[in-house]
Amino acid sequence: MTRRLRRLVSAVVVFALASCSNTDPATDGVLNVYAAASLQAPFEEIAAEFEAAHPGLSVQLNLAGSSDLATQIIAGAPAEVFAPANAATMEQVAAEGLLASPSKTFATNVLTIAVAAGNPLGIESLESLTEPGIATVLCAPQVPCGAAAAAAQEVSGVWLEPVSEEGSVTDVLGKVSSGQADAGLVYVTDVDAAGGGVDGVPFDAAAQAVNTYPIAAVGSSGDPASDFIDLVLGESGQEILSSHGFGKPAQ
Amino acid sequence: MSLDFTAHVPARDFNVRFSLATGETVALMGPNGAGKSTLLSVLAGLLRPDCGSATLDGKTLYDDGEWLAPHTRGIVLLAQDALLFPHLSVLENVAFGPRCAGVPRSAARKEAHRWLREVDAADLAHRRPVSLSGGQAQRVAVARALAAEPALLLLDEPLAALDISVAPMVRRMLRRVLEGRSAIIVTHDIVDALLLADRVVIVDGGRIVEDGPTRLVLERPRSSFAAGLAGVNLMTGTTTRDGLRTPGGVQLAALQDRDLPAGEEAAAVFSPRAVAVHRLRPTGSPRNVLAVTITDLEQHGGRTTVRADHLSAEITTASAAELDLLPGAEVYFSVKSAEVEIYLR
Amino acid sequence: MTGVYSGMPRWLLAVAAAGALFLIVPLTALVLRVDWSRFAELVTSDSSRAALLLSLQTSGTSTLLCVLFGVPMAYALARTRFRGQRVLRALVLLPLVLPPVVGGIALLYTFGRQGLLGESLRVLGVDIAFSTAAVVLAQTFVALPFLVLSLEGALRTAGTRYEAVAATLGAGPTTVLRRVSLPLVRPGIVSGAVLSFARALGEFGATLTFAGSLQGVTRTLPLEIYLQRETDPDAAVALSLVLVAVAVLVVAVAHRIHEGNAP
Repeated sequence: MTRRLRRLVSAVVVFALASCSNTDPATDGVLNVYAAASLQAPFEEIAAEFEAAHPGLSVQLNLAGSSDLATQIIAGAPAEVFAPANAATMEQVAAEGLLASPSKTFATNVLTIAVAAGNPLGIESLESLTEPGIATVLCAPQVPCGAAAAAAQEVSGVWLEPVSEEGSVTDVLGKVSSGQADAGLVYVTDVDAAGGGVDGVPFDAAAQAVNTYPIAAVGSSGDPASDFIDLVLGESGQEILSSHGFGKPAQ
Repeated sequence: MSLDFTAHVPARDFNVRFSLATGETVALMGPNGAGKSTLLSVLAGLLRPDCGSATLDGKTLYDDGEWLAPHTRGIVLLAQDALLFPHLSVLENVAFGPRCAGVPRSAARKEAHRWLREVDAADLAHRRPVSLSGGQAQRVAVARALAAEPALLLLDEPLAALDISVAPMVRRMLRRVLEGRSAIIVTHDIVDALLLADRVVIVDGGRIVEDGPTRLVLERPRSSFAAGLAGVNLMTGTTTRDGLRTPGGVQLAALQDRDLPAGEEAAAVFSPRAVAVHRLRPTGSPRNVLAVTITDLEQHGGRTTVRADHLSAEITTASAAELDLLPGAEVYFSVKSAEVEIYLR
Repeated sequence: MTGVYSGMPRWLLAVAAAGALFLIVPLTALVLRVDWSRFAELVTSDSSRAALLLSLQTSGTSTLLCVLFGVPMAYALARTRFRGQRVLRALVLLPLVLPPVVGGIALLYTFGRQGLLGESLRVLGVDIAFSTAAVVLAQTFVALPFLVLSLEGALRTAGTRYEAVAATLGAGPTTVLRRVSLPLVRPGIVSGAVLSFARALGEFGATLTFAGSLQGVTRTLPLEIYLQRETDPDAAVALSLVLVAVAVLVVAVAHRIHEGNAP
C-alpha cells in the first residue's frame, strides 16, 4: 500500500517535470553538465571552448553543492556529465550503477587559511589559529571542505576549536569577509574566486590533505559527453583549471 | 454647587454651560446628534474639550491647559450597554471599583455583595457576564458603578438597550438608588425624566434651550423639542393685545386670565386634541385658523394624528377617513382661543 | 445546520481540494520516506538531541522576548496615533516578507563584531558572535512581527470601551492594562506567541547567516537537518518528522488554549 502510494506520487511528479522540459539528449543539441559550485569559473570557460568546437551543441551547466547534485542524479535528473568536488560523492552515484564509464580524476585542490584582506592579525600557520581570541570557522565534517579540514588537523596534530561549523564554503567565506570570524579553512580556489575581500595563507599540512575532483559520464550519454570529459582532461582544459588555482592530478 | 460646567467647541458650534447641586439628578435631553453623549464623555474625561472648564466639588476637572485623568475624577459613566468585563465574575466586576481604590480583596468582595443586594442581584454574584440577560447585566453594571462611590454618576441612556418588559423594573431600581445622588442621565424617554430626575436640561443646536424642574418644563415648554416631549403644539413669537404674532405673521388669539405686556417674547401652546381639521376654511365662530399642508398621518387605535410640520391635530380615525386626508393635502387646522395658553419665554 | 443552502459552486470545492492536496501530499511524502527501522537511533543521536534541545530553548526564549517587546509595540500601534505611524508599522512588519537571509545580513551589520552596535557591545564585554544569544536574536527578529501583527488586530477588534469603563471606575492606566486590556486580548497574545514560537522554531536563513552553526551552541534543528542532508538523508528525513511533530503539537496546544478561553 505504502509503496504503491509512493509510486503514484512519484509518477505524478515525473509527469509534471516531463511536461516542462525535454530530456532527450539526442535531439535537443544540449549537453547537461552537473558540476560542483566551486568549478563555476573554469567550467564556464571550458564550456565556451567546447561550444566553439562543436557547432550546434550547447552546454547546460548545473552548478550546485556536490551532494545536492548527487541526490538529483540518483532521483533521475538528466545529467550527462558529473563532476563533484570529492570522490565520496562520485561513489554514491557509482553505487547506484548510474555511471557510463569509470570516473577519472581531473583536478586537485588544497586547503588554505582564509583571513581578512591584508591579514591584519598576522596569521601564519594552523598553530596561530589556536591562539586565544582568534575566532576560526570551519566547514562541518559532513561536507567535503570539512572532511579535508579534519584530515589536515589529523596530519598536523593541531586541533582547532571552531566557533562554527558551516554547511558550505560560501558560509565560511562570508563569516571571514564580514569580520565575524578571524579565519577559516577553505580551498585555495575559493579564496581565488572570492575576490578582494579575503586573502589566503598557505600552511604545511595542506599538502597532505589534498582534495581530488573526479569526472564521469552518466547514464546512456553519447559522444558529446566523452568529448567534454576529454576536453577537461586535455591540455587546454588543464590550463584553464590551473589558471583558477586548481592543481594537476598525480599521474 | 456640586458641579460647574462649560464646554465650548467652536468647530461644532457647541456652547453649553450648566451646574448641578449636590444630590441633584438632571435629565439631559435633546434631539439625536445634539452632543449629549459627547458632553458625558467630556465630563468623564474620555474626551478632551477644546476649551471650557468644569469643577466638581471644588476640584478642577479641566480648564485651559489643566486636565484631570478619568480615574482621578470620581465620575463613573454607565452606558447603554452594561459593558461588564467578560473575563471577570459578576462579583469581581462589582468589586473592581473598590479594588482600584485600594480596598483589600475580602473587604472589596463584601462591599460588592452589599451593592449587588442593593440592585436585587445578590444571586448573580458568581455568574459570568455572558450568562446574564440584558436586564440582569444592567443591574450588575449599576451595582458596579455605585460600588466605586462616585461623586457624580453619568448615565447614558441606561434603559435604551433593554426589553420593554424589563425596563420598568430597572427604572424603579434606578429611582431608588439615584435618590439623593448627583447624577446626569441622558435619555430620550420622558418617563425617565419624570421619574428619575429633579430637573431637565434640553440641548438643541449646541445650546441649552430649556433648563428647569421637569414638571414645569413639560407644562410650559419653551422649545419645540420640549413641546414634542409634552405632546403639545408650540408656536413662538411676540405678544399682541389679544394673543401672539409669529415671526411669519400668523396671529393667534388666546383668552387670558391676566393681560400680558405687548411686544414681549412669548410662547403659545395648545393640545393636538383641541385642534379640528377642515377641508375648507371654516367661517363664523371666533377660532384661530391655520392653513397647513399635511406631512404625515399616524393611526393609533381609534384616533389619528395629523401632522403638518411641527403642528399636529388628533382626531377620530372615522373623521380622518371622512375627510379623505393624505400627506400633501392642503387643509385648515382650527383651535378655539380658549384652548390656547400664552406665556412669556 | 444540515440542509442549509450554502450557495457554493461545486468547482470551487474542486479547486479547494487541489489546494489542500498541495499542502498535504508533501507532508505525506515525507512520512512515507521515513526509515522506521533506524528512526529511534537517528533522532536520539547526540547531535540530534543537542539540536532539538537547542531549538526548543532558543525558540522559547525568543517567544518570551517577542511577548515582552511585542505586546507594548502592538499596544502602541493600536492605541495611539502619530505622524509616520503607517510607515513605522510597515517597517516593523517588514521581516515578515523579508527573505530571512537578508535579515541575517542586516543583523550581522548591527550586532556583528564589526557591526553598528557590535563594537560598543564588545567594549561592554558582550560578544554575540557565534553564541546562542545570536540564535535568539535571529529568531526574535523574524518572529516578533507575527506577535505584533496578530495582537494589534486583536486589540483593534476589542476596542477601547471596556478600558474607558475601567478608567471611570477609578483604574489608572497600568491597572487598566493589567486587569482589563491584557486579559481581554489573551487569546490574541496566545495565538501570537504560538505563531512566533513556530516561526522561531523553523528559522534557518537568518541563523545560518548571522549565528553560525556549532553543535549545542548555534546549530538548531533546521540547521542540523540541512547538514545531515549532506551525508545521511535518512537522518534529515527523520529529524524533519520530529520538527513536524513539534509544530503539530504546538498548534494543537494553542488551539486548546484558544478554545478553552473562548466565551
